[in-house]
Amino acid sequence: MENNVPDLKKITGRPKLRTDFPGMYCPGCHYGIIARLLCEVIEELGIEGKAIGLAGVGCSFGGMPLTIDVDWTSCPHGRAPAMATAIKRIHPDATVFTVQGDGDLGAIGLGCFMNALGRGENLTTVFLNNAVYGTTGGQMAPTTLLGMKTTTTPLGRELKTSGYPLHIPELAATMKGVSYSARCTVHTPANFQKARKALKIAFQKQLNGIGYSLVEFVSACPPGWGLNPLDCLDFISEKMLKEYPLGEFKNVDSLD
Amino acid sequence: MSDRIFVSGNNAVARGAIQAGCKYFFGYPITPQSEIPEYMSRELPKIGGVFVQSESESGSIYMVYGGGLAGERIMTSTSSPGFSLMAEGISYLAETEIPAVIVNVMRMGPGIGTGGQGGQTDYLQVTKGCGHGGYRAIVLAPASCQEIFDLMQVAFFLADKYRTPVLLVTDFILGQMDEPIELRTLEFEPLPKKDWALTGKEKRGGNRAAHIAAFFTYGGVVNYHMKQIEKYKEIKKAEVRYETYMAEDCDLLIVAYGSSARIARGAVDMGRNKGLKLGLLRPITLWPFPAEQISQLSSKVQKVLVVEDSQGQLIEDVEASIKTSVPVHLLGMWARHNTGGGGIIHPERIIEEVEKINGK
Ligand code: SF4
Repeated sequence: MENNVPDLKKITGRPKLRTDFPGMYCPGCHYGIIARLLCEVIEELGIEGKAIGLAGVGCSFGGMPLTIDVDWTSCPHGRAPAMATAIKRIHPDATVFTVQGDGDLGAIGLGCFMNALGRGENLTTVFLNNAVYGTTGGQMAPTTLLGMKTTTTPLGRELKTSGYPLHIPELAATMKGVSYSARCTVHTPANFQKARKALKIAFQKQLNGIGYSLVEFVSACPPGWGLNPLDCLDFISEKMLKEYPLGEFKNVDSLD
Repeated sequence: MSDRIFVSGNNAVARGAIQAGCKYFFGYPITPQSEIPEYMSRELPKIGGVFVQSESESGSIYMVYGGGLAGERIMTSTSSPGFSLMAEGISYLAETEIPAVIVNVMRMGPGIGTGGQGGQTDYLQVTKGCGHGGYRAIVLAPASCQEIFDLMQVAFFLADKYRTPVLLVTDFILGQMDEPIELRTLEFEPLPKKDWALTGKEKRGGNRAAHIAAFFTYGGVVNYHMKQIEKYKEIKKAEVRYETYMAEDCDLLIVAYGSSARIARGAVDMGRNKGLKLGLLRPITLWPFPAEQISQLSSKVQKVLVVEDSQGQLIEDVEASIKTSVPVHLLGMWARHNTGGGGIIHPERIIEEVEKINGK
């Protein structure tokens, strides 16, 4: 039979490193997009054979290790930077990175994270900020916006009782052991491309042996926010990015 | 002939670890064990190893967890309050079956306790699964500097063999006292390669290693426990260690471990000179506990006396081991010659107690 199909050229597809495991995230969650980005950047840099990922507690705990085909471990709440420290010290040629949510890194693990920055560990952290505890059902996170309703701030987060939202990349930028600190999103195609660049720079810093690198992703959590996936995109543009401006906060090629 | 040197118990911990091939140490200062991280910070860089001073004992245990996952022999040491902070991480080590050695140089607690005072008040904590979830870890309790040095090597072997955290407990007295030791290398059976270690998948021919919590694995957490139950049975069968002293023909059997066992041994000699037929059983593994051996010996004696520098913890395991109605007495911390930092239970006090029990 004659083949009428014209010559097809594959121009896109699933990243090689994306395993067959189905995504575990809610519809409209941005973690799946970020996982894809991680796959792409790790492939582009050719470091899949050396990469070791550490997933914090939260929706990335099983989600990242099961879907990205590199060495992984899941970690207890907030302790990924301590575990990554030892792994990197033992295998200095490996590319060691943590993926941690806002509760994991910003609340229960803030001390552990800051001390790793203080030591100037040669690590990379992907910080997922969706302003709520998604896995446990939508409680307040350290990054919850003022006035934002969560299950533990039923009237909206109040300054008087719950304090201010936490700005991790800005905080990291003040630390001498940090080489790169940036915030991005994947909520529009243009921002996805910018995020790819930021993530690549962050890994490159580690490959160059320069200190700690960090990229925050402001990310949607439809059930946590009580919004449908499309409204989440507006919420990011109109609310989240007002509190959490995008951009680079530090980018140096050597540490003092 | 191997070298003989004069060292403290804490020094013997560090030397024993290095003898066992441990090149990575993660620790935090706390009295009375700080000589261990100090020694490691000095010596490990010389042999291409790594010492990291963490921000807390919580930091230490998770560095240990990471280091264990990376496939190397790793350890940390601490004292009682720090050990409580580590308990959570030890639970994770047990869950993911990552080998690690954790040394607890006990000080008297609870709470802050006191850094400059001995005590054996962590017995229940170390033997009953110190963190959440119901697991067991092998617990070694040496009673001399030589035994500390040797058991550190045993600890690393057992950790690798059974893929389990191994705890080694000493105390203020054992940590700080000096004794001669022979720097001997113990021989062990060969161990399987750690093909599960995180190294980057290129070192495994492109096959990745992924350690995700038990609940993500086939059969979930219950399946994990079933597997552990089998492993614990195997450990109980093969790894019970204990020592007896004049126990064959004794009327009264003393059970004591660690520094209290040293003192009790002196009391046995003292008592024998006075015509008291005393004997000693010293558990070397606190878990697995020498229950069978205590059960057998106790059936041949009139009385059992547990000597421990605590309010009575070891006695729970001794009583649970004994199947007859032989009376079990306790001599605890109240028998110290004073309640201050230097207070200890003297052998004379043990003899006094024996005579009291005997109704003299
Ligand atoms: S709860 Fe939120 S963060 Fe978690 S998978 Fe769902 S959308 Fe994503």
